[in-house]
Amino acid sequence: MGWAIALHGGAGDIPLSLPLERREPREAALRHCLQIGVAALQTKRPPLDVVELVVRELENNPNFNAGRGSVLTTDGTVEMEACIMDGNTKKCGAVSGLTTVVNPISLARLVMEKTPHIYLAFDGAEAFAREQGVETVDASHFITPENIERLKQAKEANRVQIDYTQPITKDTKKETPTADGDSQIGTVGCVAVDTRGNLAAATSTGGLVNKMVGRIGDTPIVGAGNYANSLCAVSATGKGEAIICGTVARDVAALMEYKGLSLEEAAAYVISECTPRGTAGLVAVSATGEVTMQFNTTGMFRACASEDGYSEIGIWPNSMQN
Amino acid sequence: MGGWAIAVHGGAGVDPNLPPQRQEEAKQLLTRCLNLGISALRSSLPAIDVVELVVRELESDPLFNSGRGSALTENGTVEMEASIMDGPKRRCGAVSGLTTVKNPISLARLVMDKSPHSYMAFAGAEEFARRQGVALVDNQYFITEENVGMLKLAKEANSILFDYRIPTVGLETCSAGAASVEAALQMNGLPISVYAPETVGCVVVDGQGRCAAGTSTGGLMNKMSGRIGDSPLIGAGTYAGELCGVSCTGEGEAIIRGTLSRDVAAVMEYKGLGLQEAVDFVIKERLDEGMAGMIAVSRNGEVAYGFNTTGMFRGCATEDGFMEVGIWE
Repeated sequence: MGWAIALHGGAGDIPLSLPLERREPREAALRHCLQIGVAALQTKRPPLDVVELVVRELENNPNFNAGRGSVLTTDGTVEMEACIMDGNTKKCGAVSGLTTVVNPISLARLVMEKTPHIYLAFDGAEAFAREQGVETVDASHFITPENIERLKQAKEANRVQIDYTQPITKDTKKETPTADGDSQIGTVGCVAVDTRGNLAAATSTGGLVNKMVGRIGDTPIVGAGNYANSLCAVSATGKGEAIICGTVARDVAALMEYKGLSLEEAAAYVISECTPRGTAGLVAVSATGEVTMQFNTTGMFRACASEDGYSEIGIWPNSMQN
Repeated sequence: MGGWAIAVHGGAGVDPNLPPQRQEEAKQLLTRCLNLGISALRSSLPAIDVVELVVRELESDPLFNSGRGSALTENGTVEMEASIMDGPKRRCGAVSGLTTVKNPISLARLVMDKSPHSYMAFAGAEEFARRQGVALVDNQYFITEENVGMLKLAKEANSILFDYRIPTVGLETCSAGAASVEAALQMNGLPISVYAPETVGCVVVDGQGRCAAGTSTGGLMNKMSGRIGDSPLIGAGTYAGELCGVSCTGEGEAIIRGTLSRDVAAVMEYKGLGLQEAVDFVIKERLDEGMAGMIAVSRNGEVAYGFNTTGMFRGCATEDGFMEVGIWE
C-alpha cells in the first residue's frame, strides 16, 4: 500500500488531430498539477488538502473549463460549480452558480466545514463566500477571449456544446448522436489516497458552452460527478446529464461494496454498462493505493502517479508513461 | 408482472405530540392522494404521469412541507425544490430555488422533457418556468401563517447549529411515548415540534412494470438562502431505474452522504436483495447517525417503506387490494 493520485481535465471528443499549440499547454498543466499533488502527498498532507490544492491549481489554469477559463452560459456569463468529499467521514460540500469566487473548490470545502448544510447555490452561495472572506473577483476575470469565441460559435450552431479545446466546426460527423449536439467535454477533478488509506475526491467545472442560465450539471452532485468513501474516491467528467442518471461516481464505490469488484473492474463496468458510449470518463483511487483512469469518449486529459514510482499522462487511449 | 403499486409520503420525523386532529388531516390527505393515484393507474396512466399528478396534489395542499405550506428560509421566503425520474430510460429532471412556481414537480418534469439539461436552479429555473408557461404565483401564496410562527420558534431555538447531531442513545425506545425523551427529540438540529417534515414524495409502478419516483420540498425551516437539500438530487432524494422507484425524506445532509435512493436500487442490482430487504439494509447501513425514511416500489408490483425517525407520514396500495395509511411504526 502506498499513496496514489489521479487527476483529469475533462473527457470528450478530443480529436486526434488536436494541434500541438492546444495540446502542449494542457499536457504541461497536467504534469505541473500532478507534481504539486505528488509533492503534497510526499510531505504527508491529508488527501482532502491535496485534492483541494490540485483542483485550485486546475481552476487557476485558463486551459481547463473550471475557475478561470470556464465556458460561458447562453447569456455570456460564467456560472461555476464544484464538490469535495472526504472518504472516511463521508463529509462533503458542494456549490453551484458561482460568479465571482476565484476557487469554487475551496468554497465547497467551507460549505462542508462551516455550515450545517452540504450544498449552497447561486446568491446564497455568493453571500456565504463574502461572509467567509474567500477571494472574489469581478466576473470578467473568468472570461477568456477564447470562450467568448466558443460561445459565439455555439450560438451560430445553435446548440449547447461542451467542448473547450477546439473551435466548433460545422462538420457534424464528429457529433455524438444526441439531439442537443454535445460533442466534447470539460471539467477538472482530482482523487487521492495516502499511505494510511485515507481518501478524498474533488471536482470543479464551468459547465457547458451555451448552457441555460441556472443549469446544474453532475459535478456538484454527490454520487454523480464526485464521491469518496472508505473504499475509493472517484471524480467523473463528461456529459452531465448521463452522469447524473448513471450515478457514476457512487456506482464505482457501490460495485466494490456490494459486488466485490476491484477498483479497475468497477470503473470498467460503470464506463461500459452504466453510461452511453461517448459520454463519460473518470479517475479513481482505492484505499489500497490502486489507481484507474477510464473513459468511453475519444479522449480524456488525465494524469496519475503512485508511490511505487508509476506515473502516466495522457489524452487518448494510448498514454505515455513518464 | 405483479400489477401496479403506489406509495406516498409526507415526510419523516413527526412530533409525537402532534394533535390528533392534525394526524387525522394528514391521514385523510394521504388517503385522498393514494386514491387519486389508484384511479389514474386503473385508467392505465404511465407511472411517471401518476407520480407527477400525486405530487402536485401534495404540493397544492398546505398541510405538508412542499409547494403551498413550504418551510421558510432564514429570510422568511420560500425556496422550493423537486425532482422526478422515469425508470425505464432513467430520464430525470430537477429544480431548486423556485420562488413563484406553483407546482415545482411539474417544472422538474418539463426540465426532463423540454430542456437539454437535467437540473435547473434559481433565477434560471424561474426564467425557464416563464418560458414554459407554467402557473406562477406570488411568493406569499406559499407562506402559511403557521410556518411564519414556526420560523420564529426555530430562530428562537437558535437551531441550525454547526454540530447539530444529537446522541441517538435512547431514541429507539422512546417511540412508545416516553414523554421524558420528547424534549430531546430533534430533526436536523430543530426541536421536533418546530421541524417541518421535510418532503413529500410518490413512487409508482404501473401495470407494465414501469417504475417512477418524484420528490418535492420547501426544504429545512430556517435554512440559509441558497441551501440545496436531498430532494432535487438524483440518487439522494429520488431515484428510479428498471428495478425500482424510491423517494426519501428526512435529514437532507445524511441522505445526500448516503446516496440513499440510489443505494436501494444498487443493493437490488448488485447484491440481489429484494425490495423490502433493500430498504431495510439502506436504513440500517447507509445512514450513519442520520435520520430518514423512504418509500419504494419494485417492477414486480411490490411496495415497501422504512424509517428510523419518530414516524413518517405515508400510505401505500397495491393492485391486489392492499392499502395502508400510517404515521407511527
